Amino acid sequence: MSDVVEKTLSALPSLLSLDSQAGAGKLSPSSKLGNLIKGITELTSKHEEEKLIKKELESIKEQVASPNTTMRQMKEIMVRAIYCEMLGYQASFSYIHAIKLAQQGSVLEKRVGYLAVSLFLNETDEFLLLLVNTVLKDLQSTNLIEVCMALTVVSQMFPKDMIPAILPVVEEKLTHPKEIIRRKAVLALYKFYLIAPNQVQHIHSKFRKALCDKDPGVMTASLHIYLQLIKENPESYKDLTGSMVTILRQVVGGKLPLDFNYHSVPAPWLQIQLLRILAYLGKEDQGTSEMMYDVLEESLRRAEMNHNITYAILFECVKTIYTVHPKSQLLEKAAECIGNFVLSPKINLKYLGLKALTYVVQQDANLALPHQMTIIECLDHSDVIIKRETLELLFRITNAQNVTVIVEKMLEFLRLTCDDYSTIDLVGKVAELAEKYAPDNVWFIQTMNSVFSLGGDVMQPDIPNNFLRLLAEGVDNVEDRQLRLFAVDSYVSLLQGVTAKLPQRFLQVISWVLGEYSYLREEESDPGSVMRLLARLLDQRHTSTETRSWVLGAMTKLCSSPVSVALARDVCERYSGSLNTVLRQKAQELMILSQDTKLRARVLPAEGRLESLEVDSSLSFLDGYVSEALAAGAAPYKSPHQRQEDLVQEKALSLEPYGLSLPVSLSSCSITDRLTDRRSPTLLSMSSGLSGNSTELSHQEGSTTLKLEGVKRVWGKDGYLAQQQSAGETPTPLVELPNPLLSPQSPPSQTQKPSSGLEPDQEKRQLASSLFVGLGSHNSVCLMGRAETAPRHFRRKPRGESSSGASEGSSNSSHSSRSAAVDNLLLSNLLDSTTVASEGGAATTTTPQQTSQRTLDHTTSNGNPHVEGTEQRVEAGGPLSLIRGNGMVAVVPPTHTQTDPQTQQDLHPAPALERPRDLPLASHLPAELSGLARSEFTPLCSDQDSSLALSACRVYKEDALVLLVFISNNNDSALHQMVLQLTCKELEISCISGSPLKEVKGHSVSVCLHTVVMKRASVQVELAGLLSYQRPLGQPQAAQFSLSLSLKHFLRPLTVSTGDYGKMWLSFSHDLKQNLRLVTTEHQEPLTATLDALKGKLHLHVVDIIGSEGIVACRLLQGPGQGQPCLLHCRVNADSLAVWLRSPVPELPDSLLYHCQKALTET
Amino acid sequence: MQFMLLFSRQGKLRLQKWYVPLSDKERKKISRDLVQTILARKPKMCSFLEWRDLKIVYKRYASLYFCCAVEDQDNELITLEIIHRYVELLDKYFGSVCELDIIFNFEKAYFILDEFLLGGEAQETSKKNVLKAIEQADLLQEVYELVL
Repeated sequence: MSDVVEKTLSALPSLLSLDSQAGAGKLSPSSKLGNLIKGITELTSKHEEEKLIKKELESIKEQVASPNTTMRQMKEIMVRAIYCEMLGYQASFSYIHAIKLAQQGSVLEKRVGYLAVSLFLNETDEFLLLLVNTVLKDLQSTNLIEVCMALTVVSQMFPKDMIPAILPVVEEKLTHPKEIIRRKAVLALYKFYLIAPNQVQHIHSKFRKALCDKDPGVMTASLHIYLQLIKENPESYKDLTGSMVTILRQVVGGKLPLDFNYHSVPAPWLQIQLLRILAYLGKEDQGTSEMMYDVLEESLRRAEMNHNITYAILFECVKTIYTVHPKSQLLEKAAECIGNFVLSPKINLKYLGLKALTYVVQQDANLALPHQMTIIECLDHSDVIIKRETLELLFRITNAQNVTVIVEKMLEFLRLTCDDYSTIDLVGKVAELAEKYAPDNVWFIQTMNSVFSLGGDVMQPDIPNNFLRLLAEGVDNVEDRQLRLFAVDSYVSLLQGVTAKLPQRFLQVISWVLGEYSYLREEESDPGSVMRLLARLLDQRHTSTETRSWVLGAMTKLCSSPVSVALARDVCERYSGSLNTVLRQKAQELMILSQDTKLRARVLPAEGRLESLEVDSSLSFLDGYVSEALAAGAAPYKSPHQRQEDLVQEKALSLEPYGLSLPVSLSSCSITDRLTDRRSPTLLSMSSGLSGNSTELSHQEGSTTLKLEGVKRVWGKDGYLAQQQSAGETPTPLVELPNPLLSPQSPPSQTQKPSSGLEPDQEKRQLASSLFVGLGSHNSVCLMGRAETAPRHFRRKPRGESSSGASEGSSNSSHSSRSAAVDNLLLSNLLDSTTVASEGGAATTTTPQQTSQRTLDHTTSNGNPHVEGTEQRVEAGGPLSLIRGNGMVAVVPPTHTQTDPQTQQDLHPAPALERPRDLPLASHLPAELSGLARSEFTPLCSDQDSSLALSACRVYKEDALVLLVFISNNNDSALHQMVLQLTCKELEISCISGSPLKEVKGHSVSVCLHTVVMKRASVQVELAGLLSYQRPLGQPQAAQFSLSLSLKHFLRPLTVSTGDYGKMWLSFSHDLKQNLRLVTTEHQEPLTATLDALKGKLHLHVVDIIGSEGIVACRLLQGPGQGQPCLLHCRVNADSLAVWLRSPVPELPDSLLYHCQKALTET
Repeated sequence: MQFMLLFSRQGKLRLQKWYVPLSDKERKKISRDLVQTILARKPKMCSFLEWRDLKIVYKRYASLYFCCAVEDQDNELITLEIIHRYVELLDKYFGSVCELDIIFNFEKAYFILDEFLLGGEAQETSKKNVLKAIEQADLLQEVYELVL
């Protein structure tokens, strides 16, 4: 009784204060929490606080565990637990009680329970699963507060996989009579969209309704979703531009209720949201931009009040104006506005002014000119943030004239900063500017020295790599020698000083440069000086092991004079006993090479330093060995991808018990045995499970008397072994041969075994395409082992074929076998496609003499007579395409190039002559692809006078998606120095043409082929492309384009039997269920019709249909010979189709479901 | 918005709301480092910070620092106004708010924040509506406590 009275009394003060103070129920400091807080504030040391909290947590723990604790007390306890957590102490034991409170408490206790949950857990926590039912119950409650709480927690954190469970209820709330519920429901869906976009895909129409909601709050909430949608795909929402402009006009005009005003500015949040949306819509789209000019101008004009919030709107407005298609009048006003920001005495506005300038100077560097003085002032500002932003701005306006000053400023900043993030960023920028604009060698080397000493060991590793390559490249002219000599001199003087402070990376750079180029200064100083410096460095305590091995490497190159040899011997003695194996090896090398002058001259030729290394990455010198091994019955090479896939499939399917393992004596047969023993290849296949032969063999050998009948070998030294799935397949290689000579680059001779003739079977195609993949990325070999990607500008001059450009070198000489591989593939496909081409009357592809000659060479060398025959047939067919070694297919329209129609008449069928100049692109399809399914031709971009046009086409190959980019040159002049780059982080793109395309003649079309596969399943990806080229006498130009590829382009049917399907189904762990609409037609059952529609649109394979159920399978292309399966189980439920998807990869069901939904909605 | 922190001049955390999933350890590290960085800044300095890969917007009200981490393309000034609106809301609710109000009633401060920002986005910018929602729940609480 007294308890009740006490509670009533304690509630009274807050009730009384209700009228005066908006119901602020102040918690009395005498409560338990109050006591705790007071206790803590009275403490003086951290240690005492720890003790107190520990005690508090003990008592909380005791109370939550007690069955007598009421929910009401629990609520109070939970608040204390939150407090302890906030102070940084773990109260994880209370998490489960927070969930319990949310589940069982009355409305207000629940509120604290939900709050505690949202503070304690995050959306990946498994505890959240316990909350799903509670949330569902509360969402359906009749109490508005409960619904609000549930929606709040859902939009903060909800397990992604559980979204389908509550989605329908949340969706329902979109039509709730209370606007607060509708608003929260929209935001909850926004959250769902962010974490699982595909699951809300079907309610896009309801988003539109929310956009048109009569309550401005709901409409504002829906803009969050639209901002996201439009950002990802502006094209699909261009029709909303009008509505957005209208809404903005109304808001700016003050048509919203006064409630939405903030400091008498109408709905600033809404305005900013709309301005951002307009920026995305109007970007690079003149038509759409024109619709918004008026309202943008009005926004600028209205936002004149002197308050932060108007500046926020102005800033957003300026950004939008500079993002959409430019209008000079608006740009002027925006520039004026930026000026006001920059000149403002308020530091926040100044910062934003600098930021805006940084953004706009990329379009017009002159905009910075009026603010020169302010910028210089900001450069010496006391606030680092302002300084940093100013440097960012300067970085954007750097040119050859101002580079020294700007770099000096940046280095000055770097010397003072101790923040790793800014260091990494700025050091990269300095290095970039130095390479681009260096006025002279001395400056360049000095700047790079600062970069290395300041960037230390945190900088991006490509900075030293690029620097060394830059030194190593370049022809051996006076300028280059000077640069190198200067570098050497400056490093020698650095090493003579104190080296303790130099970062390890810098020391490594120094060692390499001294090793390579010390000879340049040799004449003028005593020969052992550099050696001595290096030896000193080697002995210093702070030198890391990695650096030591660089130093030893440099010494190996330098030990030419007697003094040096003596020094080297000294060093070797100390390091040949080192515990580190790398150091020991380097020391050994040094020892041997310093004594054997002849050997040293061969390994490290002094003259050869300047030539690029040529590496036969295809290992063609091993061809003989491999074909011998194949002839002897060895299993053909499989790429690691393939092996892995085999393993995966095997693991997925194997439901039988494991076989007995093989004794060690056999499994440990070493590589040397294999190399010497002629029977070894058989031995290999024996252990892979062909038990019949192996038994005999092992008996013959007498090495073991074990009975091996019926014993499968399952475990090998590399782990679980692949087994044959069916008799029809080629044997899987057992283990990757550990011999370094047999690298993953398999020689081309493996692709065509003499016995197998010309049938392009799956296996070989995969092997061939895995070779293709390798070509794109591994062929260029440079000194630092990194292929060149970005163009560098410093002192780069056009070089002839003979100079050291890594990729050029490789395409010239060392890659005969590579091009052979290309030709082989083209050839084997030519066979299939010639017929198609000639049937169509469009005999467009010819093989010129050059290529056929080369192919002939290789085919002969590979000893394949069939191919040779084919080649001649194709040649006789007489079309005119240039299948070059680099994989680029240049097609010259006959009408233009033919000077003598008479002779052409003999060679070509008449129709070819009459073809108009603007040929349909279809005729440029490479012959080997023309028989395959392909997409329409999509125009990508063209320049103003349409002298250059790019188009794309997708060809759906069984094991890859081939993306063709057609470069049509409609001008008389040829295009030179063409480089086509395609980038997309979600895709693996490998160019079938490995090296630069070089050129396209006037009035002709070139085709670039890329194979594309998805790294991870995603619904849609955006591919960015950049074509740079040069016209004769013209400046280098570039054309940009983008292309979106959808998941369905990467799907292929997966042909499995119903039995296999069942086994796979059980082994896949990621699943997803959803109802889809059924397709109804007159002639078919709804299920069949629906599955047929899916099959047609998404390349699925319908495995079986039994009654009202159907099973479907497909795979997602992923690298050559790889694929991720996805299985669908469909059941007809009343008027919808319940689909259950399963896959071994988590993303695939999600993305596939999206496309299924889309495909069915379209039908 | 990625997260919001409230801390005192002494560096004591008063409120923390995380809108991105981070582990407990990461949260602690971020708040510790950030509190240190911000406390070291002088009063006349810029309210915006590029800190690691985040953009931080902060403002000091009396003894309390309010600090938000936003995405790079977000508008800094409007974030500053979000902080300001939140302070206004607290002020209106508690009646001339002070640090002690927030210490002793931090769960109320959380409720107000949840009503104002949802999942890191401003959900309701009308001051009246936010407070109405909070008051309704408060009223319920008092009625409920009276009944007991």
